[in-house]
Amino acid sequence: MASFVRFTLDGRECLAEEGAQLVAAAKECGVFIPTLCNCPGIPPKGACRICTVLVNGMPHTACTTRVVEDMAVVTRTPELEAFRKSVVEILFAEGNHLCPSCERSGNCELQALAYRYRVTVPHFPYLFPKRDVEAWHPKLVKDHNRCIQCKRCIRGIRNDKGQAIFAFGKRGDKVVINIDPETSKDISDELAQQAMDICPVGAILRKGKGFDTPIGRRTYDRAPIGSEAAP
Amino acid sequence: MRTGGKAAAAAARTTIRSVIARYGDDATRLMDILIDIQDALGCLSRGTVAEIAKGLGIPQVDVEQTVSFYHFFAREPRGTYAVYLNDSVVADFCGRAAVAAAFEEAAGCPFGEVSADGMVGLFHTACIGMSDQEPAALINGQVFPRLTPERARELVAGMRAGRSVEELKGTAYGDGQNAHPRVRALVCNHIRRRGPTVFADYSPGAALAKVTRMSSGEVIAAVKSASVRGRGGAGFPTGMKWEFARRAPGDIKYIFCNADEGEPGTFKDRVILTERPQMVFEGMAIAAYAVGARQGILYVRNEYRYLRDYLEHVLADLRAKGLLGEAIGGVAGFRFDISIQFGAGAYVCGEESALIESAEGKRGEPRDRPPFPVEKGYLQRPTVVNNVETLCSAVQVMLKGPEWYNRLGTEQSKGTKVLCVSGDCDRPGIYEVEWGFSVNDILAMAGADNVQAVQVGGPSGACIGPEEFGRVLAYEDLATGGSFIIVGNHRDLLKDVVLNFARFFREESCGSCVPCRALTGMAQVVLERIIAGTGTAEDVERLQSWQAIMRYNRCGLGQTALNPITSTIKHFRGLYDARLSTGDPRFVPSFDLAAAVRDYEAAAGAGKE
Repeated sequence: MASFVRFTLDGRECLAEEGAQLVAAAKECGVFIPTLCNCPGIPPKGACRICTVLVNGMPHTACTTRVVEDMAVVTRTPELEAFRKSVVEILFAEGNHLCPSCERSGNCELQALAYRYRVTVPHFPYLFPKRDVEAWHPKLVKDHNRCIQCKRCIRGIRNDKGQAIFAFGKRGDKVVINIDPETSKDISDELAQQAMDICPVGAILRKGKGFDTPIGRRTYDRAPIGSEAAP
Repeated sequence: MRTGGKAAAAAARTTIRSVIARYGDDATRLMDILIDIQDALGCLSRGTVAEIAKGLGIPQVDVEQTVSFYHFFAREPRGTYAVYLNDSVVADFCGRAAVAAAFEEAAGCPFGEVSADGMVGLFHTACIGMSDQEPAALINGQVFPRLTPERARELVAGMRAGRSVEELKGTAYGDGQNAHPRVRALVCNHIRRRGPTVFADYSPGAALAKVTRMSSGEVIAAVKSASVRGRGGAGFPTGMKWEFARRAPGDIKYIFCNADEGEPGTFKDRVILTERPQMVFEGMAIAAYAVGARQGILYVRNEYRYLRDYLEHVLADLRAKGLLGEAIGGVAGFRFDISIQFGAGAYVCGEESALIESAEGKRGEPRDRPPFPVEKGYLQRPTVVNNVETLCSAVQVMLKGPEWYNRLGTEQSKGTKVLCVSGDCDRPGIYEVEWGFSVNDILAMAGADNVQAVQVGGPSGACIGPEEFGRVLAYEDLATGGSFIIVGNHRDLLKDVVLNFARFFREESCGSCVPCRALTGMAQVVLERIIAGTGTAEDVERLQSWQAIMRYNRCGLGQTALNPITSTIKHFRGLYDARLSTGDPRFVPSFDLAAAVRDYEAAAGAGKE
């Protein structure tokens, strides 16, 4: 049996399994730490930075932090909340996100966080980048306009031989997710569905399946993001 | 024709297979594999990438992600002669624009393209470490410094006449070891001041002989009591780093020397690797002795690949002298050797964990910490990454003692610093000074008058004005990895300097963290608006406020990527205010109506004809 450690979360004493991921441990204790690039079951990356919290006074991404004895964690300060709102706004301004016409609307974590942080007017210059929609793959559509480069597909999706299907290309603001023509060739419908589901936004879609759940009955149509952790 | 194409493809396949075999089918050697294959085939086409993936048994996208990360890797042929002209701030100061125009005119193609005859490819590149002799270009890996428009035309004519790069270079080699038969570079050292550490008299092996009579704990204690700190800019205590790696569990440990100086305006590693390579390698051997490592890797930026044969020759010589290899210094069991790893053009690889990722054949993305490289570094083994100059300092500390070292420098910054002075001055070059010299002292030594600003520590450092030239170079005041760029009064600081740095960071961000990836580009957009005269006071406030967002980036480079802007807003606010829009405040001044309707006007114009 795993051993438990005591740590403080926003001043409150909490218990967690030693070495538990801070995001998960906080959720167990009823505290929601927003995430985008994090996804339970796959190795964390700390890329989007939105889960940044203060650990013993220093900023750390909660997705890559493991709980240890006596750790003092602060998840909410005005600065951290402002930063998180900025990350959401920056992602909207960096790509081309048109929620009303997106197959993922209502199931989109970025959209849900925008509601949570009450993103209304733009504070960052919209870049309107020219990006492609790739539809050559028999089962998948990759809409680069919506991609937030979180790498969840890269880390979480492998073919039946255990090979990568997705990978980053280029660098900086030209970063793009590529699909391997060979390793993705014979993927099953189930894997295609997993690829669509692992994407926090509508950048990976299974062909013909975008509207299987009608708008209005989707995850965040029913309850806002973070509400499951509310104490 | 078709058979010719097939034969060429078969030959390419053979080349690819033999290179992969040379590196033991090991995908962690992907950087070496790609560099060698590009050398042989000219570029890394889609077909080549697919073939490499097949040979290594990894997905194409995994090869592609490395290829597309580094700007010296090319997907298309780059011409028989690939010209990479530096586009750094200092190159601009020295007349780069006229040289670029001459290249374009002579080659008959713009930058970013290859001439119609396939002979000449023209490309921009970030600072190539020649700021003391700009404008400079790399042509097929060889350095052509101090270019003029006439020389550019002459070079292109020579290329068209089929002259080899060696013939184009001529024999006017630079001073010191630049004229060594294995270097033969036109590069000059420009060592203007020799200090007591790096450029003092030195004979290889003396420090190591002392070290091998000590215990590894004593070596670390000496480096600690000398208070040697990392010379790459961050200033982490070297003795502590060694101790952490020594204590880290594991039989296999690595010593890395970071010679990936990419901070614009830095060129000290170039000069140290030219004049003191033995000292650097000896420093690595001392670190290995202290930590218990058997293997060292010198990671060198691709821009310095012209030093490869020479550095290999120096390593072979040290092995022959018993200073590397088995039973070093005659001590049974002290076994250590060094190999050289080249980068392929990525500033961020100067960050130690990105450098390790790159050496493992991957994209140069900084890792999350913890774990630190001293716990889990190269191939997940404990790894020490030290700057070139840090290792030289360690050699002298072992030779002359910590007390000697402690007498140099200031209270919190011991020893010396090799400065790379460039920009608007009479004597650009290398100055090895004790910590504690003021900016004014350096300006006087370099012969700089009418100075508007000094960029200390490169774009990721600070830009200061004359009222602060009394400040001193030290970790506790103005820290620097070496870059010291002087900007004269006649320059347009925002347009000629800050905008160039902003573009640099936009291009060099690895793209992993959201704030760094997006805000570097957004900052450039806003800065261009301000320079164009359509910016507002709100834009300036906005740029300044973004620093608070950038501090949450993973690596030090991301955290400092807006420094060129925020540092000049702080010290040169007047330059920003003077450019702000004075238009009717009821409208949105940043909206450029003329630009917005430009394509409409063009279409309407075309319709009339």
